[in-house]
Amino acid sequence: MKALKIVVLAKQVPDTRNVGKDAMKADGTVNRAALPAIFNPEDLNALEQALELKDKFAGSTVQILTMGPPRAADIIRDAMFRGADGGVLLTDRKFAGADTLATSYALSRALVNIQPDIIIAGRQAIDGDTAQVGPQVAEKLGWPQVTYAEQILSLDEKEIKVKRRLDNGVETVTAPMPVVVTVNGSAPDCRPQHAKRVMKYKYARTATELQEADMDYLGTLHGDRPYLNIVEWGVTDIEADEVQLGLSGSPTKVKTIENVVFASKEAKKLTSADGDINELMKELIASHTLG
Amino acid sequence: MNNIFVYCEHENGRVADVSLELLTKGRELADTLGCRLEAVVLGHGLKGIEKELAKYGADAVWVADDKELSPYRTLPHSAILCGLFEQEKPQIVLMGATPIGRDLGPRVSSALYSGLTADCTSLVIGDHTDNKSGKEYKGLLYQIRPAFGGNIIATIINPDQRPQMATVREGVMRKEEAKTPAKGELKTIDPRKWMKDTDLVVKIIERHIEERKINIKGASIVVAGGYGVGSRENFRLLFELAETLGAEVGASRAAVDSGFADPARQVGQTGTTVRPKLYIACGISGQIQHTAGMDESSMIISINTDPEAPINKIADYAITGSVADVLPKMIKYYKQNSK
Repeated sequence: MKALKIVVLAKQVPDTRNVGKDAMKADGTVNRAALPAIFNPEDLNALEQALELKDKFAGSTVQILTMGPPRAADIIRDAMFRGADGGVLLTDRKFAGADTLATSYALSRALVNIQPDIIIAGRQAIDGDTAQVGPQVAEKLGWPQVTYAEQILSLDEKEIKVKRRLDNGVETVTAPMPVVVTVNGSAPDCRPQHAKRVMKYKYARTATELQEADMDYLGTLHGDRPYLNIVEWGVTDIEADEVQLGLSGSPTKVKTIENVVFASKEAKKLTSADGDINELMKELIASHTLG
Repeated sequence: MNNIFVYCEHENGRVADVSLELLTKGRELADTLGCRLEAVVLGHGLKGIEKELAKYGADAVWVADDKELSPYRTLPHSAILCGLFEQEKPQIVLMGATPIGRDLGPRVSSALYSGLTADCTSLVIGDHTDNKSGKEYKGLLYQIRPAFGGNIIATIINPDQRPQMATVREGVMRKEEAKTPAKGELKTIDPRKWMKDTDLVVKIIERHIEERKINIKGASIVVAGGYGVGSRENFRLLFELAETLGAEVGASRAAVDSGFADPARQVGQTGTTVRPKLYIACGISGQIQHTAGMDESSMIISINTDPEAPINKIADYAITGSVADVLPKMIKYYKQNSK
C-alpha cells in the first residue's frame, strides 16, 4: 500500500452542548459570546480514524480542511498537536453566510486543489446538526460516500471496508477509492495532544495571524520551519465561481430567527420532603395518571 | 403542476411510521396549495404498497422495484430520485430525518442545487417578500427548526430553487389516515432508466438490523434523565422508577453525550418526540432542543436541584431536590399504595 494523502473536514463550533447559566441573558436568550469555540466533537472522531490510517500506512499525511473566520486556525493547531501534519483554512468574506450547499461547494473546490486519496469527516456539527456537508462534498466530487462509519476495517488502493453504525444495528460495506467517509460519535475518541508535538507546532500560524502578531521572531521562525505554515486560501486560490459561494450560493435563506423564551406556566412548587412527595404520588394515583 | 413528493421508507414490506407521518403532513400542505401529493417508494417486493400509501392521502405512488434497491444504498436511490425529480419537477420534497433520509437528502439536494433543511419541527405554507429586491413569493414552504443547540428557532425558506426539500424526524408530525382516501394511482418507474452500473459500486457485505427494543415513543409514562443525574449509576434509579410505574426511560442529549444513557433513549429535536400522559424530567435543565421533543406531554413533573431550571416553566409540578433523594421516595410510596 502506498502512502495515503488523507484530508479531514473539520469545523470550529460554539459549544452548544452545555449552555450554562452564565451563557443565558436575563431575557432568557443565549449570550453567544459566552460560549467557547471548540473542535466539533465528531470531527475529532474523524481525525482519530485518519491518524490510525497514518499510523498504519507509512509516509501517509493527514491534513485538516476547514472553512471559517481566521480564529478557526485554532482547530488546525489542535489537530497538529494530536498528530495531523497541517491544514488549510478557507477564509474569505465572500464565503460568509453560506448554507451547507455553498459550504460544500467551497470545500469541494479546495479538495480539487489538494487531490486527497480519502476524505474523512465527522457525521455532523453540533451547531446545526444537519449532517449534510459530508454527502454534499461527495456528490460535488462525484465520489461515493459511506456515512455513520464507526470503524475503517481495511483499506487498499482499490477499496475500503467500513463498519457503519445505524439506529438499529450495524452494516459492513465496501466502497471503491477514492471515497468520503463520515464518522459517527460512537467511533473511538481522538488521541490527546502530545507534549512533543505541542512544542514543535505551537508557533504554527496562518499568514494572517503572522501579520497580526507582527513579530520578527515568528517571521524568521516560519522562514526556517515551513511546517509551521498553516495554509490560508481565499476565493481566488480555489478558483471558485463566486455566484455559488456565500449567501448568493445558498438556496436556503433564513427568513426569521426567534430567540427561545419560555412562556411561563405556573408550576406547582414542591420540596423533596416526604410529605410533598407522598401527597403528589397520592394525587397521581387518584387521577389514574399512574397505574 | 408542481406537486409535493414524499420519499417513503419501508422495511420488510411495512412502510415506516415517519413516512406515513410525512404523507399526513404532505396531504395538508397539498390541500393548502391545491396540488397533488405523490409518494415515491424504491425497493424490492413492493407489490400492493400503493394501497397503504393511498390511505394516507397519496394521489399517486411512484414505485421502482428492483433487487439492487434493497437494502438501501445511497447511489442507486439518489440516481433514481434525481432522475424522477428532474422529470416531474416537484415544488416540495419531504423525507424522514432517519439514517437513510439524512444520507440521501443531502446527496440529492447537492445534485439538484436545491436547498435542504434538516430536522424540521414544523412545516407551514406562507408568503415572503424579499427585503432587497421587493420581489414577492407566494406559497413558499416555511421550514421551521430549532438551531444553535436549540436556543433559537429559525424559519428557513428556499425562495428560488426547487424542489424545496426538508427532513423531519419520526414522531414529530402526527400520523393520520386521510378522511377520504386518495387514489394512489400506481406509476411504475423503470429503475434502469436512471440507475447506472457505476451507481452499484458500494456493496453491503454484512448487515445486522435488530427490531427496535427501546420504544419511548409508545410509552404512556416516560422517566427521563439529564446531565444533572450525574452518572450512569444514578440512572439506575430512573430504571427502577420506570419499572415500578410501567414506564420507559428517556434521556436528554447531554445525558446521552455524557454516556449516561443509550442514544436510542434520546428525547428532543435530534432524538425522539414523545407525547406521554406523564413525563418525569429528572435533572434536566430544559433546553429547547430537549423540550421540543416532550412539551406536548399531558403532564410534566420536573425534579431539579435548581429551582430556576428553565424546564420548571413548562412543568406542572416542580420539585426542588436531588434525583437521588426524590426517586426512592416515589418508588417507595407507589409500591406501598398502588393496587
